[in-house]
Amino acid sequence: MLARVATFAIDGIDPRHVWVEVDIRSGLPAFTIVGLGDAAVRESRDRVRSAIANSGFEFPQTRITANLAPAFLRKVGPGFDTALALGVLAASGQVPADSLNAYAVFGELSLSGDLRDSPGALAVAEGARRAGLARLIVPRERAREAALVEGLEIAGVSSLRAAAEVVTGGAPPPLPAPVSAGHTAAPAEPDLADIRGHSAPLLALEIAAAGGHNLLFEGAPGTGKTMLARRIPSILPAMSRAEAIEVTRIHSIAGLHASGLVQARPFRAPHHTVSPSGLVGGGAPPRPGEATLAHHGVLFLDELAEFQRSSLDALRQPLEDGCVTIVRAQRALVFPTRFMLVAATNPCPCGFAGVGDRCRCGEADLRRHSRRLSGPLLDRMDLLINVERPAEPELRAPPQTSSALARERVAHARERQRFRLAGCAARCNGEMDARLVRRHVRLEEAAEHALAQAYAVGALSARGRHRVVRVAQTIADLGGHDRVTHADLLTALSLRQRGDADPTLAAA
Amino acid sequence: MSERACDHCTARSWLLGRLAGNLDKARGRIEQALALCDDDLIAAVGGREQARLRRELETLDVDEVRSRARAAGLETVCGCDPAYPSRLRALAGPPAVLYVAGGLDQMVDLLFEEPVAIVGSRRASPYGLDVARSLGRGLAVAGVTVVSGMAIGIDSAAHAGALEAGGPTVAVLPASANRPYPPGKRALHGRIVAGGAAVSEVGPGAGVWRWMFPARNRIIAALAAMTVVVEAGERSGALVTARLARGLGRPVGAVPGRVTTPQAAGPNGLLAAGACIVRGPQDALDHVFGAGERTAAAPRRQPPAELAPLLAAIAEGHETTAALARAGFEPDKGLAALAELELGGFVRRGAGGRFRVAP
Repeated sequence: MLARVATFAIDGIDPRHVWVEVDIRSGLPAFTIVGLGDAAVRESRDRVRSAIANSGFEFPQTRITANLAPAFLRKVGPGFDTALALGVLAASGQVPADSLNAYAVFGELSLSGDLRDSPGALAVAEGARRAGLARLIVPRERAREAALVEGLEIAGVSSLRAAAEVVTGGAPPPLPAPVSAGHTAAPAEPDLADIRGHSAPLLALEIAAAGGHNLLFEGAPGTGKTMLARRIPSILPAMSRAEAIEVTRIHSIAGLHASGLVQARPFRAPHHTVSPSGLVGGGAPPRPGEATLAHHGVLFLDELAEFQRSSLDALRQPLEDGCVTIVRAQRALVFPTRFMLVAATNPCPCGFAGVGDRCRCGEADLRRHSRRLSGPLLDRMDLLINVERPAEPELRAPPQTSSALARERVAHARERQRFRLAGCAARCNGEMDARLVRRHVRLEEAAEHALAQAYAVGALSARGRHRVVRVAQTIADLGGHDRVTHADLLTALSLRQRGDADPTLAAA
Repeated sequence: MSERACDHCTARSWLLGRLAGNLDKARGRIEQALALCDDDLIAAVGGREQARLRRELETLDVDEVRSRARAAGLETVCGCDPAYPSRLRALAGPPAVLYVAGGLDQMVDLLFEEPVAIVGSRRASPYGLDVARSLGRGLAVAGVTVVSGMAIGIDSAAHAGALEAGGPTVAVLPASANRPYPPGKRALHGRIVAGGAAVSEVGPGAGVWRWMFPARNRIIAALAAMTVVVEAGERSGALVTARLARGLGRPVGAVPGRVTTPQAAGPNGLLAAGACIVRGPQDALDHVFGAGERTAAAPRRQPPAELAPLLAAIAEGHETTAALARAGFEPDKGLAALAELELGGFVRRGAGGRFRVAP
């Protein structure tokens, strides 16, 4: 007898519809699984057998063949266990086969017959709705996450027995109560109110958040570059529901996320030894990299000059296109990568360039450092900020601002951008391309003049000019100006210049 | 291509190249060794090869030596020629042949009037680099040729400054004139050769040996009507140049530095010993040509009145945005004003985002 159960494989970050077909024939007892499964899928045989026996069902002592279709798609992980078990039960007549038709089934089994927490439930739910299925069985821990997809009846069950009962017509158990924030002591979010001094970097943070601009901090060790960067998510506007669902799906697949909807924008800070595929995604099977995990959030690269050249080069496409394409035999996967890039670096190898006579770097060291930084990545930075040690009185002074205040101003500026950019591909100033800049940015005459002057004296490259204009537009949005004023443009210019340790570098 | 080196001088320069490896072992100062005649030089550093060296020198094919220089694109002039820079004759052992990259006529023109040498440390501070560059530019604007050694640090900054103002500059190289040394300065070498000239005392193909640096310094000191030391540590080669210049009776200038900076020890020491103070190109011009004869550039521009307090604060040492914020220039307005000062060329941004008033 033949039974068919719908489930989903996770390919990159997308769900792919998979049919689990189970066929039972008379013959010597055997259980084979075909359909390009990995080791975890092969081992599924033993889990399924024990789970069925330990749930009070009978494991048929006949010849069982299970097929995961389509056969060309590589299937990875233990998420097919429950579908296989229900397929065996249906094929052996222990649950009605027709009632399975409306269901998609997803989850790993333990030997005792419990459904274990499995990553990627949200992606599976999206796949189920797209495939026109009405009901979905998932592990209980993932029920709230799967329920984010509207128009699906979710059964969060904790055992194979409960799953079989749901299929045979039992009422699905109610969704577990959301984990309320009051009970778990939420760790204090980093807040701008913790910052003392750093008036220029604070302004830059606000501008970067308001316009979605990439940002580079440069400063001696211990001056607070990382501390500043960690507070960027706290002033970014809240994610829309669509954005939050996208982030939840990615984080659920990566196994980073506990339950329900991700509310906070991601902040990812990979170590500088990260490989190119760790940064932008890859591997076999292809997995999302840090750039995708930072989607809709902040990707923070501390010690930028220490990253491998190949890793930084790999970031160029994701930065430019907002997505990364990973091509494997048979298919291409697209991972979204719309993140804000924040980087920090020392001004020279020893870190103390410009601090009195403390810098002990030779010209050759400085040249090497500058060469590592310069090039494609530095050119994609909108704001270059010097961070330095706050003075003693500043450390004792009250906070200058707080994340709540800054977030309000940022939200206001974003609102203006949304209004102006309605109907465009860009959602904030940082995403405007040259054409959108020409169409939407209006400079006052004095600002136009200052820009022309900066370009003429060689302070800006063509790309740099374009970036300065975008930042100036954000400053104007924060100030509520309809046109970019002279002061807006000059401030933007000042926030993009990078001091050069060696004046001959520019000339030679 | 002009080849104006006589047979005798060409043979002498060949001998220097042949002995390049031996001269590092010469006793005493290199300028004394270079002042010896061919025979004595072979005797002094030839070691066991003396007989063979003499034989090689006697049977030398001078035309072959010339053709090698020609192949390297170098022009030559020797001490017997009227085009030879006459100031070099003040040396006890002047270079027999000068190899020139970038045009012999151009070099003669550049060295005709009083050139000024700007020398200094390779490990220079941003201040030193700034001053060297502005000295180079100021002198070049006044039509004075800047002579230096193209080393990293002060030398390169001086050349770069002169090139900014149209390029009357001559680089004296330790090894061959067509070989950028240090190799990282290839781009600068190309621009100097295009706009000025690079010269050296040894022909193409010679390696780089230690003795060539003090030997090159003696040529810089002799070529220039005045030598200015910008920054130099206690044991810097720039102080060798200054000593040689003083030995030739040429004026030596020094740029004063902070007493706490190690690179300022050299010039401050020279000042204490009576060198003339050089605070800018005008001081050097006054000294070489007489007070008020030549002017470095147009008088200093004044910034717009509303920016003057900010400029004054930077000049007082509030050199970062944080320090300026503490001095009352908040970033929301101060950053715009800073950009305006920067655009106007009144301040310059250095390493770590430190501002300083442009010299």
